[in-house]
Order: sequence, then structure tokens, then C-alpha cells
Amino acid sequence: MIVQAIAFYLFAAVTVGSAFLVITAKNPVHSVLFLILAFFNAAALFVLMGAEFIAMILVIVYVGAVAVLFLFVVMMLDINFVELRQGFQQYLPFGLLIGAILLVELILILAGSIAAPDALAPAASPAPSLDQVTNTHALGAVLYTKYIYLFQGAGLVLLVAMIGAIVLTHRKREGVKKQDSFAQFARRREEAVELKKVEPGQGIQ
Amino acid sequence: MFVAKDLAPLVPELFVAVSAMVLLLYGVFAKGNPTRTVVWASVLVLVVALVLVWQVPAGRQAVLSGMFVTDSFTAVMKSLVLIGSAVSLVLSVGFIRQEEMERFEFPVLLLLATVGMMMMVSANDLISLYVGLELQSLALYVVAAFRRDSERSTEAGLKYFVLGALSSGMLLYGASLIYGFAGSTNFTDLAKLFAGGHGHVSVGLVVGIVFLAAGLAFKVSAVPFHMWTPDVYEGAPTAVTAFFASAPKVAAMALFVRAIISPFGALVAEWQQIIILLAGASMLLGAFAAIWQKNIKRLMAYSSIGHVGFALVGLAAGTSEGVRGVVVYMAVYLAMTLGTFACILAMRQKNGLVEGIDDLAGLARTQPGMAFALAVFMFSLAGVPPLAGFFGKFYVFMAAINAKLYVLSVIGVLSSVVGAFYYLRIVKIMYFDAPGEPFLHPMPRELGVVAAVASLFTLLFVVFPMPILNGAAMAAKALFP
Amino acid sequence: MDALLREYLPILIFLGLAIGLAAVMGLVPFITARQKPDPEKLSTYECGFEPFSDSRKQFDVRFYLVAILFIIFDLEVAFLFPWAISLGEIGPFGFWSMMVFLGVLTVGFVYEWKKGALEWE
Repeated sequence: MIVQAIAFYLFAAVTVGSAFLVITAKNPVHSVLFLILAFFNAAALFVLMGAEFIAMILVIVYVGAVAVLFLFVVMMLDINFVELRQGFQQYLPFGLLIGAILLVELILILAGSIAAPDALAPAASPAPSLDQVTNTHALGAVLYTKYIYLFQGAGLVLLVAMIGAIVLTHRKREGVKKQDSFAQFARRREEAVELKKVEPGQGIQ
Repeated sequence: MFVAKDLAPLVPELFVAVSAMVLLLYGVFAKGNPTRTVVWASVLVLVVALVLVWQVPAGRQAVLSGMFVTDSFTAVMKSLVLIGSAVSLVLSVGFIRQEEMERFEFPVLLLLATVGMMMMVSANDLISLYVGLELQSLALYVVAAFRRDSERSTEAGLKYFVLGALSSGMLLYGASLIYGFAGSTNFTDLAKLFAGGHGHVSVGLVVGIVFLAAGLAFKVSAVPFHMWTPDVYEGAPTAVTAFFASAPKVAAMALFVRAIISPFGALVAEWQQIIILLAGASMLLGAFAAIWQKNIKRLMAYSSIGHVGFALVGLAAGTSEGVRGVVVYMAVYLAMTLGTFACILAMRQKNGLVEGIDDLAGLARTQPGMAFALAVFMFSLAGVPPLAGFFGKFYVFMAAINAKLYVLSVIGVLSSVVGAFYYLRIVKIMYFDAPGEPFLHPMPRELGVVAAVASLFTLLFVVFPMPILNGAAMAAKALFP
Repeated sequence: MDALLREYLPILIFLGLAIGLAAVMGLVPFITARQKPDPEKLSTYECGFEPFSDSRKQFDVRFYLVAILFIIFDLEVAFLFPWAISLGEIGPFGFWSMMVFLGVLTVGFVYEWKKGALEWE
């Protein structure tokens, strides 16, 4: 139990610290690397909560794909990040104010939850105990049948994302020579080879 | 566990989604530029879907584990959404050809956005609400940036995307708080829970509702979550702006009404002040900020903020009468907006489209028909009786007064008066100023037809109000069982 | 819950060891090795002249397109894991549910293939 607590505070501290470094690092590439560190620690926090599947998805999708995409985007942009950061000081008080308001609200919620324990009464726990079924199994048991509507909706969202990415960034490049293997295979001997009888001393026209 | 009966209410959505995919494949395999065919086929799909919406089994049906609901409210709102999408597509035909946006993905994305809107209207669960909303928003972000070589268009798309993602985050945060404090995401279960007279409502739940309302307010662009609207409306290609101002507004408003009334109807006291604040601020800002606008698209953005405020007055009342007012208002708003944008899209001079209000000068002499139609819309938007816009306002204010929201009603009437100033200024510019460079003559046929039909609707609403009023009353009743 | 976390204990220990070892190997040279810091040692080496530009080169937007298409299929695969595990329970309905989902994404895949988004040119 104590190991669990120590691990939690360690991972939580590293998450918060690296999240802070994401926004303060001078070099945007470093920011992305800190973001990856934050993702890894968040995954560890999910494991501590018993949400294995989400933890692994976080590593596969966010670290494996999203962070790489961020790196590409950072490399694609031609922005002077030092210049971009100039307004930071100016907006800092405003940002702090909003953060403070959110914090106060969170504290209020916490107080509310202590004052009204009965409000949580209807919260049923639909997931079976972790000792009997793994996370992934429990998800699979409902995701494709009970929640099929959301599942297919997610499929449509992915389709829109695909179309959107292509519409916004894909360009047909002009004057590119391409290999067309079907045309090559379909070519017949008669089209390709021409036999000419060459008379001596005449040459070919 | 899953039978054909469960699928029957979903037929319109399935039809539009499958058609969108078929058209996508047709478009990519077709020779030449298939855009024109795909656009008209999409219009046909939406019209068929409109018929299908009225074919689903009547009465309230909650299927697919209670995620998806159909009743007369969804039927009426989906009809408005489908009409809005179909007409915006018709309006875009000429525009996308002339502005070099003629790619078949445009109508396909609009169809997929429409599927998202229909899912929003039918959402009966916080999760299905979110999936529908994201499907719609993602498609809208893309079409806002559709003219990717134009700096303004990409800027509009990016702004919309960043702020939209922020609002989705707030909405999700609110939804998670509601789930945490109430123990369910299903609207029906939540309604049962609160109707049971729990009496005590925890602070956490109220904070959850506030965040949910903030996220939804962003989607309908109510003050103080309106900042994106003028920039996006101005930057996006005009045909896209016409679409933004019509169908998604109606869908988001329907979602707002359902997500507030259906699960939290018994908690009026908790959310009423939020809606009152949103409505009052939107009406005032819509009226005052629009006065200084020189660009007609920007003016329409502020105008739409104001109109959302008026519609929210009906929701603030929290009664069946108020919801009826909202539905009537959205129907009337849809007609006026589509008509106005048909005229804006016809503001084409030799060198391309113009967007300045001053470009309308003397339109009454060069194109009396268009000037008359635009004048009708402006009078109606201002709420001058006996045009349709007046009745829209009339019903929401009646509901507000019956719910004892006197201050809000007074703010509403005052801001209508201020708003009338800039609407009537456009009429004055068209009728009394010296003509500038005339617009290309004649108006493209499809724009003319839309403007004519919309102005007829606006003019004749006073004579035949019953179909709309009855439909709205029926829709409102479905939310108050 | 505890049983689950106990399975992760070796990973935690491994992680601790790895971090500890890396820290030691990084720190030891500071103590043992001879150091003569010089700014020139850290500067970009370009044969005989000052560097002309930043070492960061702008990437082509095509990388982005490839990455985002990859993410979409990555997410699709993420949905396959729970499905594969629980296929025995959810029966034919669950099976066809996934087939429809894959069908929708196949439509997208055909579209992007035909559109030439997967070609590098």
C-alpha cells in the first residue's frame, strides 16, 4: 500500500512538473518531449487506478502517434517561437485569474461532495470487479453491443477526420512522372517492338 | 437483444450516412469533375431524409440502450435542420464553382455534418450528445477552412477549431461532473432521479450543469462565448457562412433545449439564471455591436448572436410555452437567414463577390426585386409586424412574461429597438442612396428561387401561421411529458 | 486491485533501476572525467565557416498527412483489442458490429487510396 502511495506521488509530481515544462521550455521540440514524458506518467497513474486498457492506449496512441504528429507540426511551422512568446507575460495575470476561478470551483465541488454523500447513491458501478475480469474484457463486453450507437458514431467521426485531413492538405503535384504498373503489364509486344527491314545503304527514316 | 424495431427510428440517419459514403466513393471514382452531380444528389438525399423523418414510428421511442430518442420534437427539429442543410447546398452551387472550391468533398462533408446534427437533435445521453456534436463540429471545422489557399478561410477554420475544442473540453468536464454527482449519463434516468424529489442538489452537480451550459452556449454562439462568431463568419467562404448560420444553429439550439429541459427540467431554479444571463447578454451585444459593422457577413454574425439571445429567452422561461417559442423562433430565423444569404451570395460585381454594406447602395434602382426581398428580410429580422420575425419574438416574450421574467422581456424589447436601427439602415442604403457599381444581372436562378420562397414565407406567415405553430406546440409537448 | 498492481511491481522496480542507473552513468563523468568547457565545443560544426542557418529545417506538409492518417488507423486498431478478447461473449452481433465499423473506415481507406494521399510522388 505504501509503495502505491509513493508511486502515485512520484508519477503525479513528474506529470505536473513536465506539463509545466511543456509550456515554459524555450525550444518547442523540448516541449514535445516533455509532453511525451507527461503522457507516460499519466499512463502510470491510470495503471495505479486499475485502468490498464486506457493506460496502454495512452501509450500507443498518444505517445506513439499524437506526439509524433506534434513533432512534425512543430517542424513544419516556420515561426519564431521567441517572438511568439512575447505576449505571454501580458496574458499571464488573466490566465492565472481563470486558473484560480477553476481551482475555487473544484474546491467547492469537493466541499459539496463531502456535504452531500447521498447524491452519489444512485451511482451504480456497472463494471465487474477487476479480480474477475480484465479491463479490456469488460470494455469489449459492452462497447460493441450495448454501446454500438456510440461505436459506429466514432467510426463516422474517424471518417470525417480522414476526409478532412486529405481535403485540407493533399495536393496533386503537377509534372510528376509516375510508374503505372498496370499500363506496363497491359502493353503488348506489337505496340512496343517494331521490326523494320533495313536495306543496306538506305538507313531508317 | 437487437431487432429491426430498434433500427426503425434510426432510418433517416442511416440513410444520410450511407448516402454520404456512397457519394464519397462515387466522387472519387468518377471521371471529370463530379461536384455538380454530387451536390444535387446530396440535396436529393436530404429531401428523402426529410420524408423519412416523418415515417419513423410516432410517439416517443428511446432505442439503443436509451442513447437515441425520437419524438415529435426531434421530428420537427430534424426537419428544420434538413431544410437548412439542403437549402444551403442549393445556395452553394454557383458559389463553389466561381470561387474555385468545386470539390466533391464539400457536399459530402455537409452531409456528414448533417448526420451529426441529427444525432445531436436525437441525443438522449451525455455521451451520444458528445459524439453527435463532435461529428458535426469536425466537419464544420473542415468546411470553414475549405478554401485552403485563402488566408482568411484557413484562419477562420483554425480559430473555429481551437475555440471549438476548448468548448468541447468544458462540455466534457461538465458531463463528467454530472455523471460523478448523479450517477448516470442518461437523460431519462437523470430526469427520474431529480423528479423523485431528492430535494438536495449538490454543488458539484450545479457546477456540472454550468459547464455543460457553457459548452453548449459556445456552440450556439451566445454571449459571453460568442467571440469566434464574427471572425469565423467573415473569414469562411460565404456559402459556408450561410450554412453555419442556418442548420448547425438550429441543431445546437435543439440540443441545448433538450439537454437542459429533458434531464434537468425539475431543477429550473438551478439553471434559470444562467440562461437568463446568456439570453440578456446576447440580445444586448447583438444589438449594439452590429451598429458599427461595415461588412455584411460580420453584421449577420452579430445579428445571429442577437437572435440566439431571443431564442434563449424562450428556454429561460423553462415552460412548454417557452420551448414552443424557441421552435417557432428557429423556424422563422432559418427562413430569414437563408433568404438573406441568398441575397448576399448574389452581391457579385465584375471583379467578384463584395461584402460591404455600402455596396448595396441604390440597389432598389438597379435590382428592385432583390432589394425588395432583402428589405423584407431586414424588416423581419428587426421584428416589424406583421412579418414572420415579429411573431417569433412575440411567442418567446409571451412565454417569458408568463414565467414572470419581466426584466429579461424589457431587455429584449429594448434591444429589438436598437437592433432595428441597423437593419433599417440597410433598407435606407438600398432605397435612398445613390447607386454604386451594379451587381451582375440577373441573380443566379437558384439564389432567386430561395430568396423568393423565403420572402414569401416571411410575408405570408401572418396569414398561415398554423402549420408552424401546431408543429412547434407538438414538439414542445414532447419535452414535457 | 492489489493483485493487478502487484503484477506491475517488477515494471516499477525495473523503471527505478533504469532511472537510477542512467542517472549514475550521467553523473559519474562530472566527478571523474577531466573537463575543459569551451563554447566552441558546443557550436554547430560546419567546415570552416559559421553556420548559414538554423539546424531546424522546415518539414513538408506531406509528413503531417501521413502522420494523421496513421493516427486514424491506430485508433481503429485500438478498438480491435477489446473486441478480439471478448469476441466469444458478444457473439455474431458483436462480430458484425465491428465489421460495419471496419466497413466505414474501408470506405475512407478506398477514398484516400484513390485520391493518391498514400503516394509520396
